[in-house]
Amino acid sequence: MTDLAETAQTAQPLDDTTALSTQPAPPQQPARGIARTVRYGWRRLTSMRTALLLLSLLALGAIPGTLLPQRGLNPVKVDDFLAAHPHLGPLLDKMSLFDVFAAPWFAAIYLLLFISLIGCLVPRIRLHARALRRRPPLAPRHLLRLTQSVQWDTADGATGVAARCRDLLSSQRWRADVHPEADGVVTVAAEKGYLRETGNLVFHVSLVVLLAGIALGGLFGYKGTVLVVQGQAFANVRSSYDIFQPSRLYSDSSLAPFSFRLQKFTAAYQPDGTPENFDAQVRYESHPGATPSTSHVRVNHPLHAAGANVYLVGHGYALHIQVRDPHGRLVYDNATPFLPDTSMFASHGVVKVPDGLPHQLGLTGFFYPTYVATAGGPDSSYPAPRDPVLLLAAWRGDLGLDKSAQSVYSLPVASLAHIGNAELSPGESWRLPDGSRVSFVGVDQWATFQVAHDPGKKLMLAAAVFIVAGLLLSLRVRRRRIWIRARPAGDGENPGRTVVEAAGLARSDSERFAAEFADLVQRFGAPTSAPPEED
Amino acid sequence: MPDTSINLGLAHASDRLLVWAVVAYALAMLGYAAEFAFERRSKRAVSSRAGTIAIGLTVLGWALHIGSVTTRGLSVHRVPWGNMYEFSSMVSLVAVTVFLVLLTRQQVRFLGLFVMAPVVLYLGLAGTVLYANAGPLVPALNSYWIKIHVVAAITASGAFMVSGVLTVLYLLKSRWERRTLSLGPGAAAAVEVGTPPTEEIPGSRRGGLLAWLPDSARLDRLAYGVVSFAFPIWTFAIIAGAIWAEQAWSRAWGWDPKETWSLITWLAYAAYLHARATAGWRGHRAAVLSLIGFGCLMVDYYVVNTVITGLHSYAGIS
Repeated sequence: MTDLAETAQTAQPLDDTTALSTQPAPPQQPARGIARTVRYGWRRLTSMRTALLLLSLLALGAIPGTLLPQRGLNPVKVDDFLAAHPHLGPLLDKMSLFDVFAAPWFAAIYLLLFISLIGCLVPRIRLHARALRRRPPLAPRHLLRLTQSVQWDTADGATGVAARCRDLLSSQRWRADVHPEADGVVTVAAEKGYLRETGNLVFHVSLVVLLAGIALGGLFGYKGTVLVVQGQAFANVRSSYDIFQPSRLYSDSSLAPFSFRLQKFTAAYQPDGTPENFDAQVRYESHPGATPSTSHVRVNHPLHAAGANVYLVGHGYALHIQVRDPHGRLVYDNATPFLPDTSMFASHGVVKVPDGLPHQLGLTGFFYPTYVATAGGPDSSYPAPRDPVLLLAAWRGDLGLDKSAQSVYSLPVASLAHIGNAELSPGESWRLPDGSRVSFVGVDQWATFQVAHDPGKKLMLAAAVFIVAGLLLSLRVRRRRIWIRARPAGDGENPGRTVVEAAGLARSDSERFAAEFADLVQRFGAPTSAPPEED
Repeated sequence: MPDTSINLGLAHASDRLLVWAVVAYALAMLGYAAEFAFERRSKRAVSSRAGTIAIGLTVLGWALHIGSVTTRGLSVHRVPWGNMYEFSSMVSLVAVTVFLVLLTRQQVRFLGLFVMAPVVLYLGLAGTVLYANAGPLVPALNSYWIKIHVVAAITASGAFMVSGVLTVLYLLKSRWERRTLSLGPGAAAAVEVGTPPTEEIPGSRRGGLLAWLPDSARLDRLAYGVVSFAFPIWTFAIIAGAIWAEQAWSRAWGWDPKETWSLITWLAYAAYLHARATAGWRGHRAAVLSLIGFGCLMVDYYVVNTVITGLHSYAGIS
């Protein structure tokens, strides 16, 4: 904080200290060698210029993360990019430009920024704590030199005038003191707007707390995705997930033991096929044996399960397919999830029947909820199943299930023998050359859910509230001071009267302060003067 | 189930009202220009009449604009900011509102010309390139957060637009002041004293429009005032967006291009606010940072919505 009396005398309005200005600390005792370098380095790091530089660097550093494909957002696009740019790609990859927001250099920028921030916050907090306890600074000698100043005289005594001014100021929540001086002179010193700096500090401290909240989530949270077919259930254990992303310090014990069953999935579409509403009705149990309750998981409306949130992130069709051997025995009976390929839900999927038949059987299928024949082949014209058609191709041979892990949505057809094609509507069946029978029983739905647990969430929310509150205070509240000096009239003035001088100083928004000052001195008893200078 | 029927009559009325609003704004712009032109030829009476008419036209355009936005919302039974066309219309409406509010508090009629120009451009772009037919919201947008997050984003954007205009004027004026000062010590002072300038001052002819503008210190204060209004709202918009994202996409922050560019914009304006309190950075350099911030906002809006694919793909442009 600048020396108050000095500022007052130069009559310069103080700066808009909207941010943490980190003035270089007063020169300290000359130290030697490393200590000096460290101290110098620290002072540079916590200076406002460095903060400005780091803010700009952080902004610049984030830009490539929006222009280049990012692994965290879309790994497929990154692979495409690498394939398309065989020379440039690996070079960019080496600089972590496909993982900008997890890159060491990006972390270095924001960590330095936060270290710099903490480095100047600590002394600022100490200073402000002292300032909060301190009384308003004494009146400068020449009040009338300040830009906002006025003089008048009154019949009241100096002490009375000062007391009245003080009371008036106090009633408007100014911090005001009366100081008797020599020769019957009485001054009032008042200050207001300490909340500006308080807000400023709260804002910056909250930024640090926000970062701590993010770190907490990043260290202890987890995230997982699971596909659930209508009628089936999900239990929150790691093995149930299709994809599971634990954080660094995650342990299986942080998985809350809840479960739910997808009772019904409904999707509504507009006439042109754009989605209108999705709803997954689930039967939820907070822990084994708990009373189940029914909830609806929708877009923008997650299920708040015990210790985690469950989000609806996708949906598609699961086709109920049965396969019987030539004797009519059921060897496959499943609602098989098909993955959507288009916004109209033309989908593909695979059925694998490794056991129960003389040879292993594989089916690759294309499903069209509303079938249309186009020049480019079969397609779907609407996402809801208005005229569902399933195109199947059957394959015989070794499915290779025991050899390597393979996706449930693909079949190694190159090593299999093609034994026929069919086009089926629900309820229809198809006899294969060996006498076994494939039936398309009906159309079911599936939904994918994301389960996310972020222990830093509440801290982040609290920090966010204080960020906004602090910011509002630091940008709206104005720090300002007022002094009044009342003295008995001297030689050459009206004898017996009291001469009153009042002056004010604002740190920012001088126009509004001019109006406030004019209003205040009028209440003090100054004659209505010319309006404050128009800006 | 929300009512999804679209009232085509109202939708057409909305389009027509917007056209009339643009016409009124364009005429107002001419009025502000005329005010300046006649002022220069020292036809004071004509000039101030032109200014008054321009303000009247601005208020008329503003009313028509509100009508357009309201009928749009009524025609589709939802908030009228569900795609890029509607968002642009709202942002310009906020910019005009900020100008009108400033006008009730201070003498800022000079701003009229410079606010109307980008508003007309913005609305022209919105009505042609970005236009989307009235329709219901996609499910992802169907949340009460659209009323909170998007309104905050619109308000901050509209205000940033006004602060951007003020900052450009500040930079032009302060350069002009330095040049005039170098002509002779009296020139700039003489011009400044006479705002609005009169024909007796020799310097005023040289500067023309720039001489007529208020001094750079005042432009700087005005620009700062508008940014300090918009910045907390922008901060709130980002936070509200994060809360919404947490509910819709299971994470508060995911470095989606829109999120990232909003943060970049925020950082640029934060740098501006810091620079304004740093010796050696105030004035020019700070103003440049503010303009960079506005540039980032434009990237966040136009480039991210149309070129970069991300989760915020609600532009509705086909």
